[in-house]
Amino acid sequence: MTEFTPIASTIGGILIGLAAVLLIAWEGRIAGISGIASRLLPPYADGAFPSHLGFVLGVVAAPLIYLMASGNEVLQTVSSNLSLMAIAGLLVGFGSVYGSGCTSGHGVCGLSRLSMRSLFATVTFMTTAFVTVFIVRHAS
Amino acid sequence: MSFLVNLALGLLFGIGLVVSGMSDPAKVLNFLDVTGTWDPSLAFVMGGAVITAFVGYRLVLKRSKPLAAAAFQLPAKTEIDWPLLLGSAIFGIGWGLGGFCPGPALTATTLGAAGTYAFLPMMFVGMWLARAFASRRVAAPA
Repeated sequence: MTEFTPIASTIGGILIGLAAVLLIAWEGRIAGISGIASRLLPPYADGAFPSHLGFVLGVVAAPLIYLMASGNEVLQTVSSNLSLMAIAGLLVGFGSVYGSGCTSGHGVCGLSRLSMRSLFATVTFMTTAFVTVFIVRHAS
Repeated sequence: MSFLVNLALGLLFGIGLVVSGMSDPAKVLNFLDVTGTWDPSLAFVMGGAVITAFVGYRLVLKRSKPLAAAAFQLPAKTEIDWPLLLGSAIFGIGWGLGGFCPGPALTATTLGAAGTYAFLPMMFVGMWLARAFASRRVAAPA
């Protein structure tokens, strides 16, 4: 069980949306984490490596800054099944880049732009994710 | 300068993930478990983010160009093709298995869970494979 947190989740969502808006205002780019993170790997085409590195380091540092600012530890429960997590990582990395986006690029930015491609992508990954959790938790 | 601006924006994005609770895979998996221990929080995160970005994008895209670049770089493709659907389907399976999508996996880097250190390197391997695969497809004659 996790606690239902409508207010904190809406506020967090607004901050995520705000970061996406400021990124397009500054550099004209979409705030898709799979796109930004995957461009830390070669080949480097567009000279935007410092931007991508900065954004990723910011996301990585966020829990530490949050701890310093609020005094609250960031709590999480991660599966300790390491082979499962390794396979999950491979699928998430491959699928999000091959499908041109993840929850942020398609789910937040694409839906906000009313992109049909992003709508199809979001419905597709939500569906396979729901089915996967159902199979893992209830069908086995 | 772009590095520092992006660092600040990445921080804002990451703090959004932490405040919203999405940095915890358990919360994500409970959203996906509608017939079990359902936690609808993720829908509120998406709602807050999409409404903010919907309004903000409209204001920003009225300008002729961004502040620090020559032009807006919006995805030009509109075709619903197999890589889009296949990639998204595979991403969803991985997301449902681990509860991590790329953003929350990055915020977990410093939090010390063993599963994170199994997930993250393989996520980058998967990204590298997809880029290699996609560039071969583009390079191959039609």
